[in-house]
This record gives sequence, structure tokens and C-alpha cells, in this order.
Amino acid sequence: MIPGVFEYHRPSTLTEAAGLLTRFGDEARVLAGGHSLIPMMKLRMANPEHLVDLQDVGELKGISISGGEISIGAMVTQHELIDDKALATAVPIIREAALQIADPQVRYVGTIGGNVANGDPGNDMPGLMQCLNATYEVAGEKGTRRIAAREFYEGAYFTALADDEILSRVIFPKPDAGTGYAYEKQKRKIGDYATAAAAVMIGKAGASIAMTNLGDTPVWSTEANDALTNGDVEGAVNAAMAAINPASDNRGPAEFKKHLAGVVLRRAIERAQSRAS
Amino acid sequence: MTEATQTREDRATALKGLGTARKRVEDVRFTQGKGNYVDDIKLDGMLFGDFVRSPYAHAKVVSINADAARALPGVVAVLTAADLEPLGLHWMPTLAGDKQMVLADGKVLFQGQEVAFVIAEDRYIAADAVELVEVEYEELPVIVDPFKALDADAPVLREDIRDQMEGAHGPRRHNNHIFTWEQGDKAATEAVLAGADVVAEEMIYYHRTHPCPLETCGCVASMDKVNDKLTLYGTFQAPHAVRTVASLISGIAEHNIRVISPDIGGGFGNKVGVYPGYICSVVASIVTGKPVKWVEDRIENLTSTAFARDYWMKGKIAATKDGKITGLWCHTTADHGAFDACADPTKFPAGFMNICTGSYDIPTAYLSVDGVYTNKAPGGVAYRCSFRVTEAAYFIERMIEVLAIKLGMDAAELRRINFIRADQFPYQSALGWEYDSGNYHAAWEKAMKAVDYEGLRAEQAKRLEDFKAGKTRKLMGIGLTHFTEIVGAGPVKNCDILGLGMFDSCEIRIHPTGSAIARLGTISQGQGHATTFAQILASEIGIPADDITVEEGDTDTAPYGLGTYGSRSTPVAGAATAMAGRKIRAKAQMIAAYLLEVHDDDVEFDVDRFVVKGAPERFKTMKEIAFASYNQAIPGVEPGLEAVSYYDPPNMTYPFGAYVCVVDVDVDTGVTDIRQFYALDDCGTRINPMIIEGQVHGGLTEALAIAMGQEMAYDEIGNVKTATLMDFFWPSAWETPNYRTDWTTTPSPHHPIGAKGVGESPNVGGVPCFSNAVHDAFRPFGLTQTNMPHDHWRVWKVAHDLGLHG
Repeated sequence: MIPGVFEYHRPSTLTEAAGLLTRFGDEARVLAGGHSLIPMMKLRMANPEHLVDLQDVGELKGISISGGEISIGAMVTQHELIDDKALATAVPIIREAALQIADPQVRYVGTIGGNVANGDPGNDMPGLMQCLNATYEVAGEKGTRRIAAREFYEGAYFTALADDEILSRVIFPKPDAGTGYAYEKQKRKIGDYATAAAAVMIGKAGASIAMTNLGDTPVWSTEANDALTNGDVEGAVNAAMAAINPASDNRGPAEFKKHLAGVVLRRAIERAQSRAS
Repeated sequence: MTEATQTREDRATALKGLGTARKRVEDVRFTQGKGNYVDDIKLDGMLFGDFVRSPYAHAKVVSINADAARALPGVVAVLTAADLEPLGLHWMPTLAGDKQMVLADGKVLFQGQEVAFVIAEDRYIAADAVELVEVEYEELPVIVDPFKALDADAPVLREDIRDQMEGAHGPRRHNNHIFTWEQGDKAATEAVLAGADVVAEEMIYYHRTHPCPLETCGCVASMDKVNDKLTLYGTFQAPHAVRTVASLISGIAEHNIRVISPDIGGGFGNKVGVYPGYICSVVASIVTGKPVKWVEDRIENLTSTAFARDYWMKGKIAATKDGKITGLWCHTTADHGAFDACADPTKFPAGFMNICTGSYDIPTAYLSVDGVYTNKAPGGVAYRCSFRVTEAAYFIERMIEVLAIKLGMDAAELRRINFIRADQFPYQSALGWEYDSGNYHAAWEKAMKAVDYEGLRAEQAKRLEDFKAGKTRKLMGIGLTHFTEIVGAGPVKNCDILGLGMFDSCEIRIHPTGSAIARLGTISQGQGHATTFAQILASEIGIPADDITVEEGDTDTAPYGLGTYGSRSTPVAGAATAMAGRKIRAKAQMIAAYLLEVHDDDVEFDVDRFVVKGAPERFKTMKEIAFASYNQAIPGVEPGLEAVSYYDPPNMTYPFGAYVCVVDVDVDTGVTDIRQFYALDDCGTRINPMIIEGQVHGGLTEALAIAMGQEMAYDEIGNVKTATLMDFFWPSAWETPNYRTDWTTTPSPHHPIGAKGVGESPNVGGVPCFSNAVHDAFRPFGLTQTNMPHDHWRVWKVAHDLGLHG
């Protein structure tokens, strides 16, 4: 559990950070909270020669709620998400989901940017961002661009982010008042990834469903969304179940996960419905 | 308060002796981060070792090329089996009469096996160099199933003993067979089974798991070539045994070896054995003349150091139609992995598995155990239990439940019918043990009343009705266990490890000002010895526990002992402490009599002093006596006040307990919620109730881990699937239920203070109790037996296979 040799960089601006990525290409990796990258480095499954630590980049911090839009800096920690009262009022599902990530010590360091950018199917925030229909702002040396969360994930650990880009902000529309919500997650223990998890929002404008760790990418299904928007719970569950493709692992065989996914989703829908007004 | 106004009770309270909930003296340093563990040891010029390990479970080692590693600046040496062979150290003896490769000698037998040892100037360079060692392997067929290991055409794992059909524990009948151990009367048991009203039969599997202490294993070896002295610091549960073994295998005279166990962050049996890291560090220090540190990481700890359990226990239990048990038969297939590295007493290759008749008066029984080699990590240690006692307790407590199902009886009532009665102690069991004392019926009735057993069953019946009516998806299970432990190994006449009798020791020195130091042959790994042994002494010699230092773990200063595991410290070293204290007291009596100018027989001990019989106003306190022993010439009495005692216990001790667990089981998700756990322990005389409660909480939590999720799992080609704490279940406070503790007190008749030991009881009793609760929830739907761990998917699968998902 000793990482290989690497050079450590600590830029203080996004431009400087992006410049380092341009310069070192795929020999560099950005470091946010480090909860995925550092264990991989200790196992020597990741051997970046240059580590670009983003913690001094002020532009990547802060939560803003303005007009109908919420914008969260990539380096905002899970703890800050939980602790931000305005955010909790505007989008309570964020707090509910963040509280189910790992444990307090991890959440003091783990960031939303790291969680969504890594492309790990086990992470909770990518699924939640499908549900919220978020957009990611990504920054490179030549400027920024935006990518829809629903188009960001290409495979396990493969995303639309280029090697020389940094995911800088997570932006999504503020849900209507009275939107019912639920983030339902089953895990083996505190600190574990989901065996199955579901994010559900039910509002006046429509419903939204996404699921986590039941395929290579977060599970998002237009059919499931449409069905739930029309109040068809059975149809929504069936459509979501058609979209999942869980793998057998220590959390259990695929057969179990498929069944569990349906149970978890039904419970999330039920709870979201009970909270909708 | 002045001495004159103190009552006898005040004086007794001030001692903080037996029965006092004294705060742990160790915690002052531990809670401030001031402990001193092996990895805290830093010596001048210290080098660091790290292992190249096998990625394969079974393979021929074709070649090892360490040139690139040796060329890396900062690398001092790379050792392979070829380097150790001239010293005769490429293999080492195990504690179980087998031998084990220190570094791969021609082949590897499990994933994670040590192949080469890199020594470098810092820990980082060592890790970099490990990556540079090129090993060419040729894969061989892998055996992970102990039953397939005994197939006629199974590949031979241990080429080193191919066709040597006489093993350390008798004949071997197959190249992958280690031993067969038989106890009891086979013919008589089979006759009982053949004629019984009812016979219940089941395969009970106790899965492979791992003690996984918070601190992993490690050592620092420091060879002083000028004085020819080796100092070995390490995470050793038995420092003196390590010294003797180190001397025997290295050829260094035993007086030139000093073994020090500093603070140890949990052992649970994992730190009893000898590991290749220790041997390689010693060799590396001898070769380089510098201190060498080796500390394993978590993955190395889980994949290569001693595992526990992995017993396949086929059972048959015979009873009358009224539920009186008439016979018990058990055949166990024991998966030991690549080398038999158990840490059992020599004459007990399956430990004390023959305690498997449990708390019940079973007149006829037979046990046989087959030890088998597979391509898994070596071991088979006692993880928070006396040797194989948790396997035995799990077996009998499951078989009782299986029999209750067969008889259609309540499992609490079935136990009641069969308990050994209080008037039967000392009780001779059919498998050869003499139980010292017990009152099982009293403990059981207290437990049943405490949990309102009838009320729980009524609630469960209502829940079942609601479940069937579709009103709930949660079933309720009630887990019962009455366990009997066998601890305190043990009498030298039948207990030894590598020929070392399993006595233990205590040496006491009383200082002139009346404080004291006691040194023992045991070593605390968190049990709180410095707290409790001082309490035993306080009551024995009348010096306050706060004035007594307890020191362990340094073989240059502590008297010889066999260490701490198998709940043996209190039964054996605790007894030695009391006996040494009594020697002190006997001498103190002579001094007091002299000072009081009366005959020795005319003074008597009174809490913290000797008083003249019939004249309690005439006394000498222990403090006064201690001072006198150093400054007065007393005719016929040597100066000073010291004693040492080596205690050879006449028998084991037999702690017991009655546990009840209530669980809610969500049949759709497999999630279990332990909503109640009651633990009544009888560990004989209670030394420190607070430490007992802490031990019970800890042991129950490890039992929860084992029963509900913890396992060492392998795939079919021998890859370890649970090598990190992501997959190896360690419960946090969140997963840990509330425990309600209780007790009865049945002293051991043969122990000087009547104490029996408690640290391991909750693990022994806890595992079957959690497991029985899960089983019980599904009993109405026809479940008789399912394997642990009862994690979400396995519980879900039980519900699924019983048709509960529609």
C-alpha cells in the first residue's frame, strides 16, 4: 500500500491547473478528495507521474443558488453539501443522498466533483445528477464547455471529459417547490458503495428516476421517467428494470441485485410520492 | 479521612481489588495517542523489508530475477529461498508440527505467499523494488475445495511431503491429508444412532474468516554483532515462546535473544504464530548488521497471516421422542490451507473441538476430524476463542436447533431437558473433559425471564400471522444459545506447544515504600491486564491496585510464560498472580508477627494489614511490613519482599453463558436488524465488572461480524475475494446493536480466586446466537440449515428459495 513515485503540483488557479494538464497529458491526474485515486495509487493500479492537487483553486469552491439555477463548485465537499442550509431547503435530495455516502470522515474530504467526474459506477452523485438533469461545466486551457450529466458517462471510468480538462462546476435547475424526493440506498455497511440505490423526484412538471451501481454507468431511462410522470409506477419500475445490468460481485449475484433494484426503486417512489405536495 | 477513622469497608474500597469497576489504567496513554506499537519503534540506521508475493494460488516458480531491484539505489539486499537455504531457514516449523515455506521454495501454494524479501533504506524504496523483482511462474491446477482435495486424482499440493504417509499427528491417507483425530466411542455412538427414536442429521459449515486485528503483524529485528545479542520487537501474543523458537531455529543461544512485545493493537489469535516476515527480518538484520523493520499492510494481513475456522461439520444427533439426547456424532473436514499452521496444543490437532457436546448431558458421543491441505492461506487459529471452541459451540447449538425442528419442539425447552444439572459437576463428558462447575438451569431461567421469552414467542407468532396476511414483509427471529467454553490451557500433563508446557507465571517485587511491580508471562493486546492483575494482587496482598505496576512482554525481565490467547491469562497467569501474592503474604505474616512480638499463628490478614487475633487495634499495615522487610534484621527471615510463582493449572476452566438475540428480517432486501441482544455470562469470580462488560461488548461485535458478513472468500482459482475492508466486514458503531449484559457467578473450584476467563465467551456464544436468530425467522417456512455469513444476499436467497418472493 505504498504508491509509486510522482511529482506533486498545487496550482492556485483553474488556468494554471488546466495548463499543467495540457503540459503533462495523460501522465497527470487531478486530485480532489482523493478517496478513489489515492487507494488506486497505493495499490499501484494508478501510477500518475504528476498529481495536480486542486484544493487551493478557489474558483472550484462555493455553492450558489440564484434564480432558478444551482451551481456547486467541484471542490465542495460532501460535508459542505450536507451543511448548507439553503441547499438543503432548495434541493433536499442532495443532503439525503450525501448523508448516505461513506462516513463523516470521508465526507469532510470527499468532493462532489471527484464523485461525479471519476466515472465510478459505485458513486452516488452521478445517478443523482441524472435525476436532477444536471450539467457539468468543464474547463481546459482554452476555456470552458458544458456537458449534460445524462451524456457524460460512457462506461465504467470512461467519461466525456478529455485528459486535459477539469470538471469545474455542477449546475442544475432548482426543483419546483413541493417536489417529492427520495434517495434510497442499500449497502452492506457504512462506507460501502450501494448494492442498489435509486434517486426519485416527483414534481408538478414531471417525475425523474435514476439508479446507481446497477450497470457500468448511472441508470437513466426516458421510458421510466415518462411512465412515472404519467403516474404509472408499475410501468416506471418495469422500464427502469429493463435498463439495469448489474454484475455479480461480493454484494451478491446479479439475480439478487435485479430483485433488490425493484424493491429499492419502489420504496423510493413511495417515499417521494409521500413527500410531494 | 485519617487511618484511624477508616472502617474496614473503607480500607477494602481503597484497594480497588476484586470486584471493583476500576478504570483501565492503559487508557490514559491509548486515548492520548501515546501508545507505543511496533511501527512506532525507530532505531538508528533501521532498514525496511517488504515482500514480493505470489499472484497465483498454485504455481511452479520457474525463475526469480532480482537484478533490477538490486540495482535500484537504496536497495540493500533481496532475499530468496536460495539465500535462506544454506542457513536452513527457507522453511520453518509451524506450531502444529508441520513446516512452512519462509520464501517460495520451487513453488507457491496460495495467493499472497511470500516469494522474495526486499530490504531497503526506506519503506518507499522497498515498495518500489518489490515491483522490479521479476518472477516467472508456471500455473498449476488449484484446489480450494477440501473435499476435492481428497479425490484420488487430486493434484499433490505439498511436494515436500509427497508419499510421506506418517504425519505429525499420525498416519496420512492421501497426499493432501494432514491428520485424522478421533475422540469418543465410535461403535457405541453408531449403535445409539441406529436404535434412536429420532436422529437429526445436518452439515454445518463454519466459514473461513480472519481475526483481522486493528494493528497488523510486524516486527523490528536488531542484531547487535558486537555483543552477539538479538533484540526482536514484535506483535507477539507469546513472546517467550517466540524467543525459544527463535533460538531453536536460528542457533542463537536463548540468553542472547531478547523478545519484546510492546503495545499490541489486538491479536485475537492472529499474532500467536510465527510468520515469514519475522524470520526474514532476523536474517536480514544478521546479514546487514542493522535493525530491520517489517510491518504488513491490511491486504497482506488478510491474505497471508493466520485465518480462522473453515470447518465442515457433518453432524448426527439422536434423541428419544421426548427430546432427551442420547448420542452425538460429528465428522469434520478441516481446511487448513497450504500449511498446517494452527496454534493448538500439540496433542490437540483439532484444538478442543471435543467440547462439542456443549452444555448438554450427552451420554455417548464420537468426533473425528480430517485435516486437509488446499491452495489457501495457512492457519486455523483460534480467533477470539479457545482452540476450535467456537466451531464446537456453533456445531452443537445449530444441531440442537435442527433437532428441535425435527422433534417439533421449542428450542428453549429442548435445551432445558438436556442441560447438565448443577448436581452433576464436576461432570465427565463423553468426549473426555471434566467440566469444573456450572449451574446452567439457573442461568437459563434468568435469561428467559429477563427477555420475557414467552412474550417474545407470542409477538413472533403475531408477526408471522401478519406476514402471512400481507401486512408486513418482515419476519421476526429469536436466537437462543447456551454455550460452554473450555479455556485456561492448560495443565502441563496434556497441554504443550512445541514441547513447552502451558503453565504461566508471575513475579512480584514489593518496594520498601509499599508499592509494587508485578511481571507476568502473558501479554495484553487490549484486555487490560495492567488493570485487572493489579486488582487480583490488591486483594491478595493488601496494597492498593493503584500502587502496583503490571509489566509484561519483555523476555529479559518477565518470568517465562506461554502468552495470551485462548482466554488463558486470567485462568493461568491470574492464578499465578494470586499464588505469588500468597507467598508474599506468608512472608509478610512472619514479619508482622515479629514486629508485633507475637507468634506467627497469632496474627491474621485483614484487608491491608496483619492484626493480632482478638486485638485488632494491634496491627501492622502492609506498607509498614514492606518497609520493615528492607530495614530490619529479622531472625530467620531473608531481607526483601519478593515472590515468583509458576502455575500449572490442575484443570481447564469452563465459563458458560445464556444468550438471546431478536432479529427482524426484511425478506425482500435480506436486511437484518438486531433489535435486542441479551448476554448472560458466568465467568466465575468477577475481577473487574467494567472490563468484563467491555470484553463482552467487543466479543459480541466480533461475533456479529462473523455471523452476519465477515468471510475470507476465494474464487475457484484461489483468488482472494475479500482482501480489503471494503469487502471484509468490520462492523462500525452504526452496524453494532445495543447489548444488554447480565451475569451469574459460579466460581471455578480449582482456581485460586475462582475466576474462569471471559474475553472469548461472547464470541463463542455470540456467533450461534446471531445465526440461530436468522434461522429461527425462517423456521415456519421449512428452513433447517443455511450457511453463514448471513449477509443481505444470502438472507435474500433463503427467502427466495423458500418461495417468499411470490
